[in-house]
Amino acid sequence: MSDHQIEIETRRTPGRLARAWNGDLAYSFRHSPVAMISAFMVALLVLSAVFAPWIAPHNPFDPGSLNLMNGFTPPGEPNAFTGEVFLLGTDDQGRDVFSTILYGMRISLLVGFSAVMLAMVIGVVLGLLAGYLGGWIESVIMRIADIQLTFPAILVAMLIFGVAKGITPPEYRDQMAIYVLILAIGLSDWVQFARVVRGATLVEKNREYVEAARLVGRRPFSIMIRHILPNALNAVLVIATISLALAIIAEATLSFLGVGAPPTKPSLGTLIRIGQGYMFSGEWWILLFPALTLLALALSINLLGDWLRDALNPRLR
Amino acid sequence: MLAYIIRRVAQSILVLLVTGFVAFSMFSFVGDPVENMLGQERTQADVDRLRGQLGLDQPFVVQYAKFLQQAAQGNFGLSYRQGREVSAILAERLPATLELAFVSGLLALGGGIGFGILTAIRRRGISSNVIMTLSLVGVSLPTFLIGILLIYVFSVELGWLPSFGRGEVVDLGWWTTGFLTLSGLKALVLPAITLGLYQMTLIMRLVRTEMMEVLRMDYIRFARARGLRERSINFRHALRNTLVPVITITGLQLGSIIAFAIITETVFQWPGVGLLFINAVQFVDIPVMAAYLMMISVMFVGINLIVDLLYFAIDPRLRVDGKAGGH
Amino acid sequence: MSEPVLSVRDLVVEIPTRHGVLRPVDGVSYDIAAGEILGVVGESGAGKSMTGNAVIGLLDRPARIASGEVLLQGQPIHQLQGAALRKLRGRHMGMIFQDPLTSLNPLLTVGDQLTETIQEHLDLSASQAHERAIAALDEVGIPAARQRIDSYPHEFSGGMRQRVVIALALCAEPELIIADEPTTALDVSVQAQIIALLRRLCRERGVAVMLVTHDMGVIAEAADRVAVMYAGRLAELGPVREVVTQARHPYTAGLMASTPVASQGQKRLRQIPGAMPRLDAVPAGCAFHPRCERAQARCRQAPGPTLQACDGRAACWFPITYEQEATL
Repeated sequence: MSDHQIEIETRRTPGRLARAWNGDLAYSFRHSPVAMISAFMVALLVLSAVFAPWIAPHNPFDPGSLNLMNGFTPPGEPNAFTGEVFLLGTDDQGRDVFSTILYGMRISLLVGFSAVMLAMVIGVVLGLLAGYLGGWIESVIMRIADIQLTFPAILVAMLIFGVAKGITPPEYRDQMAIYVLILAIGLSDWVQFARVVRGATLVEKNREYVEAARLVGRRPFSIMIRHILPNALNAVLVIATISLALAIIAEATLSFLGVGAPPTKPSLGTLIRIGQGYMFSGEWWILLFPALTLLALALSINLLGDWLRDALNPRLR
Repeated sequence: MLAYIIRRVAQSILVLLVTGFVAFSMFSFVGDPVENMLGQERTQADVDRLRGQLGLDQPFVVQYAKFLQQAAQGNFGLSYRQGREVSAILAERLPATLELAFVSGLLALGGGIGFGILTAIRRRGISSNVIMTLSLVGVSLPTFLIGILLIYVFSVELGWLPSFGRGEVVDLGWWTTGFLTLSGLKALVLPAITLGLYQMTLIMRLVRTEMMEVLRMDYIRFARARGLRERSINFRHALRNTLVPVITITGLQLGSIIAFAIITETVFQWPGVGLLFINAVQFVDIPVMAAYLMMISVMFVGINLIVDLLYFAIDPRLRVDGKAGGH
Repeated sequence: MSEPVLSVRDLVVEIPTRHGVLRPVDGVSYDIAAGEILGVVGESGAGKSMTGNAVIGLLDRPARIASGEVLLQGQPIHQLQGAALRKLRGRHMGMIFQDPLTSLNPLLTVGDQLTETIQEHLDLSASQAHERAIAALDEVGIPAARQRIDSYPHEFSGGMRQRVVIALALCAEPELIIADEPTTALDVSVQAQIIALLRRLCRERGVAVMLVTHDMGVIAEAADRVAVMYAGRLAELGPVREVVTQARHPYTAGLMASTPVASQGQKRLRQIPGAMPRLDAVPAGCAFHPRCERAQARCRQAPGPTLQACDGRAACWFPITYEQEATL
């Protein structure tokens, strides 16, 4: 018979914020200079893009405000004809490079987010249907997914862009370019969402709570949305973050290739394309500043994403 | 095993049929060739007659079958933009892309496997950290940006290497090669690095991860417990087991080099099929787009098939029960 | 008495972590003589595998030997590194792991794995090594050894694979074998065969064996002496028959009582209340005292009981005594 007592220590349970700050993820963040610097960089770039209309000295997308005589002004020096000074110089159309970079990033972010949203919606819906309904629906959807996966996403995006462009009447092509771009990138990316959601659906489908809901008489649609979807959400969000980074880079690439943002509303990629033409003739600023901005953006997004993936990976702990 | 091969071949044919369907649909969707050909002054009778001549009044499936038949023979009609036979244009430009892809592939494989092994074995050294950081850069930056930066440093600033084109090429009849001239070789350097860098970092990280995973396995521990030398463990045991899954993924990656060549060729104005394709997209030159799509899918499907069969040859476990191997 | 093959003296293994320093092995000492099988038994996490890893020098970083000694045939080996340590492994001490499937390289034939080990340690030509390998397979009871030497691991059944593993561990003729849960992954019917094989081979060759397991049944079958570990420390150490029938440490007694015995027709299994403490929360004094029915005030005080400080058999201030003296 034991005569000892077990003492229980009561400690003050820390509040939620304190727990989050001391949690593993935050600990990892605080101790990783790489993560902190990239997060700062990303925040800086994103915010400057969001607040571009207030920060930028000019609006490069307003054709009325452009003066061709301003073209090819070196950074910081007054223009030979108009005497205006531009922080980072002007491009061949007389646009202020600094403002164009800011507005260009807006387009990149807009396209990136919208494309990922589109891909997510399509992917999640198809994934749910495939996983829950099974049968030939699942076969068809997964086959299409497999076939599309055989090809690199960027190629698929180019094809979609080309076809969509072909369907659009020539007068509207520039206007519609941004939407077509979103469509192209979005459609090229849905597969991974569908796969993950289908996988999660297959797992959840056999759980008891789904069985219970079915017995109570809930319709399949409502079961899918309210029960299965929340469980798949976790994985979907992780993929969405990575997809966002890839979408932004895809947009830059497509714009650079000339099958993306039009020259009238250039994004970073378009600017670099324009700048490449003037690399040797001396107007280095048209290429360099957009290139450096894209470099910073791509690098910091990827570093942040890499750190996040490592920190969240249970196997490496 | 025979069943497996048959199944894979059937899958491959399915992929080809579907891509063929997509390619064919592009023709149907985008613009009306009859309208383009006849111009403003046309009657309905003219339209109907030309339709009949071109076989455009046949049912969809028949047209599709005819398209496939012609495609199998390499006939994609005439380019909207250049007016010449698409197959001829493709054949002309293919050697440029293939030579570029080949050199990039070698670079990617050699560098990737070499650095991968190095960083897996010496995990904590300085060289490892440097290589890993550089690889992160290689993976994060879009290919075109890397190309542009290389041009900036080596062409504009240093003037060592050309910034566009293939240099002098030697015409060997059905093939043009840049390997035989100095300017041809020089012109290959920057594009090959640009194209291969991304693949190299991917392969490197893959080899590294796989090898580190393998080095944690029990049979490696047991090998150590038996007193085998580190070198023997790393190369005879670990490497062999690492390469098995690496080969599949690598094979697929190398296939996609041909597609990624589009970007590199644009940056360097390299006269290959990639540049041809992007120009076709810009001008909505459907026959060229369709032909390129079919060509790429044949290549991919072929490479996938070869890689799968290669896997069989290497992993003895697959030969017995047909299940996919791991470690 | 001749020198023991293995001598472990006050071995301490530490793992520095973010939350503090853990001690999975805390002052363990035992000897194993040639031809003797010492069973090391305990729950998961008691430190038995760690001790084995420490002896053979395969501790995973950041775990390290913090203090104590390991002597192999009288020579200290606990501070050896690199090549010196590698030369001992395989040739003078071998290790067998739990899962025979993952212990063998799936891409190399059994013959390749045998001959490479043989050639590494013994100065033989390729064909001589090949013959040795066939002989080794034969000895562990693999039928048609000459044909099967070119087979791959997955072509053997579980029990056969473990025999191959044993062959591999013994082929360079070591003096010490550490067997870490060698039967846990095997079917019950095969376990007895493997244990019998191990016993026979080691007796014949005079190999000392450290048999690590959580299964008391295996210990009772195979071992000569048994060491019971608890929370990184030795609770009891003695001849198998005595420890099993007349356990002196309350923990050992609890273990025996909770082992189901078919013949006794028990209605309920007796359990030891509570659980073994986590390494970062080991109680002061005797590690077992919170769960012990016989605990007294002294048990709570540091330093805790050790084998040397008590009767050399059980690390307990108040060991269980029996009416009759055990006669051997």
